[in-house]
Amino acid sequence: MEQHAILQVENLQKHFPIKTGLFAPGGKRTVKAVDGVSFSLERGKTLGLVGESGCGKSTTGRMIARLMDPTGGRIVVDGVDISELRGRDLYHFRRKVQMIFQDPFASLNPRQSIGTAIAAPMVAQKVTPPGGLKNRVKELLEQVGLKAEHYNRFPHEFSGGQRQRVGIARAISLNPSVIVCDEPVSALDVSVQAQVVNLLQEIQQDTGVSYIFIAHDLSVVRHISDQVAVMYLGKMVEQGSRDELFANPRHPYTQALLSAVPLPDPRQARAQEKIRLRGDLPSPANPPSGCVFRTRCPLFSTLGEEQRQLCIGDVPAPAVAGSPACHHTTLASPLAAGVQ
Amino acid sequence: MTQPSQTATPSPLASGSTKTGAFLEVRNLSVKFPTDDGVVSAVNGMDFTLERGQTLGIVGESGSGKSVTSQALMGLLKGTSAQVTGEALFQGKDLVTLPEAGMRQLRGRNIGMIFQDPLSALHPFYTVGHQIAEAYLVHNKASKKQARAAAVDMLGRVGIPSPDMRFDEYPHHFSGGMRQRAMIAMALICEPELLIADEPTTALDVTVQAQILDLMSELQQETNSALILITHDLGVVAEVCDDVLVMYGGQCVESGPVDEIFYDTRHPYTLGLLKSMPTLTTKSGRLNPIPGQPPSLLALPQGCIFSARCEYAALAGHGVCESQRPQFTSEDGHGTRCHLGLPQILSIRNPR
Repeated sequence: MEQHAILQVENLQKHFPIKTGLFAPGGKRTVKAVDGVSFSLERGKTLGLVGESGCGKSTTGRMIARLMDPTGGRIVVDGVDISELRGRDLYHFRRKVQMIFQDPFASLNPRQSIGTAIAAPMVAQKVTPPGGLKNRVKELLEQVGLKAEHYNRFPHEFSGGQRQRVGIARAISLNPSVIVCDEPVSALDVSVQAQVVNLLQEIQQDTGVSYIFIAHDLSVVRHISDQVAVMYLGKMVEQGSRDELFANPRHPYTQALLSAVPLPDPRQARAQEKIRLRGDLPSPANPPSGCVFRTRCPLFSTLGEEQRQLCIGDVPAPAVAGSPACHHTTLASPLAAGVQ
Repeated sequence: MTQPSQTATPSPLASGSTKTGAFLEVRNLSVKFPTDDGVVSAVNGMDFTLERGQTLGIVGESGSGKSVTSQALMGLLKGTSAQVTGEALFQGKDLVTLPEAGMRQLRGRNIGMIFQDPLSALHPFYTVGHQIAEAYLVHNKASKKQARAAAVDMLGRVGIPSPDMRFDEYPHHFSGGMRQRAMIAMALICEPELLIADEPTTALDVTVQAQILDLMSELQQETNSALILITHDLGVVAEVCDDVLVMYGGQCVESGPVDEIFYDTRHPYTLGLLKSMPTLTTKSGRLNPIPGQPPSLLALPQGCIFSARCEYAALAGHGVCESQRPQFTSEDGHGTRCHLGLPQILSIRNPR
């Protein structure tokens, strides 16, 4: 689309086959973990990917980093379609996209010193930085707010926030164009979370890296993102600029999601009208026909018979910027319609 | 015949109610764990009271002692190496010194508990219904049939569809939200007067969290029970609590009615927490984190536990924050543990 888009994702799909055995006949079934997701990310910007657990946001992130192979669709990084890269090309691509993981306790090898862990991507990619590997690692340590003398320490000597800094140092070591951050602050305490969020923003300002920021905490996403994409049951339901989406959410799911966030402000919390979703996420192995959200949609019960048939029979067009995946976005929002 | 015996041996409940008016009164509760590296001071002198029908939110970061406080109240630390001291008077009984047999009478019957992770709190080998009915059978003289009826009724009340069928399913058949509902049903089956919920919604998605919080508030109003809600999420506190107690390093640093904690904050730590959170409404820019890390509970500082991270420690002068542990002072139900006087706090707070 735009020339400066560093990452473009088009109609991305990931389907997992469900093993059906002798006693469960029924042919080939699949779980559509990600089903037709498209978005683009500009250089130096952040895209927030939000949704409930099981909506496919992590799977999307992992496909962008090619930790998983897509079933279909295109992932274009810096003008190159990377969705089907193999062998040597894939190896060279790896330095362009890096990842920061959620659990700083599980993502570091307990027997590996911090220095070795941070140097690992450079060693794997056979990169020799000017001034030597060790100096580069020490530089990185200081860049993420740790000390050069931490080089020989081991992960158990660090707190959660510090370990996450190590994860960040490792991710930026190859100067990637895109970093996929999969719930990078979810395991951290509030006061430490703010430190890490600030660090991520500083790094972006200094290096111009782009982030895919996957999180379920909407207030953090709102803080860090330029663009926000909302997923539900493998589908993109709404996307747009951060300000637009938070000020004026148009998909009933986005509206419900925003209104479910507890506000750290008692007066506002009491005054706020709330949309409550009923029930749980349907099973992705057996999603509802038509619009996947219709079983929990607060708008659905207010619709006439004809409109309901549309929701049941037709899959809404996938969301693009400014156009949510809903048949009835022209209708008043459920809040205005008085739906509780 | 019966009358004199009653007066001769007054029940502990009666003697307790004359001693104190509060429904639950915790005084100077401390918990220490001896370990190979030294003594971990997890809770250091907690005081609070709670009345029926009220919700008390205990907030703090990991390691601040909120969960250990609740475990001490439930008597779950008995039989471990933990050293629990102080008093926790509940209906005249001291939960700290009460022997295990007495505790078992209260647990489930008078005090219910909801844990954070419903998957590890439910037994995978038994049906959900069996586990809920078990609590009923232990505390009531009832037949299995009656217990089943009560459990099915309770499952229905916590919003589980077709409870009669769900009774016979196993925990792995339930989704995260449903499991937490089942946990709530289990905790409430005997209608306890005190309910302790330890991070009840932390493992859940926001939309489900909202459902569960609504449900807990509804059921609490129905049964007029007291609720202690332990959480790290200030948003959750703002939504459901009447009173808030902020913990740091095993101490209560500030407590009071929810509105006062949020709008008339008196402790630098609470102030720091509120400032470090991004919200859905604040303007973006840089966040203001609290610098540094929480203290090690193995070696707590001599002075104020928060002093090492406190930006305003210098204001108190003479290094008093580093050398002296501040007292907890309370005024009109709003208490704080800080060396700084109110005018100083106001001057810190208002520029924000």
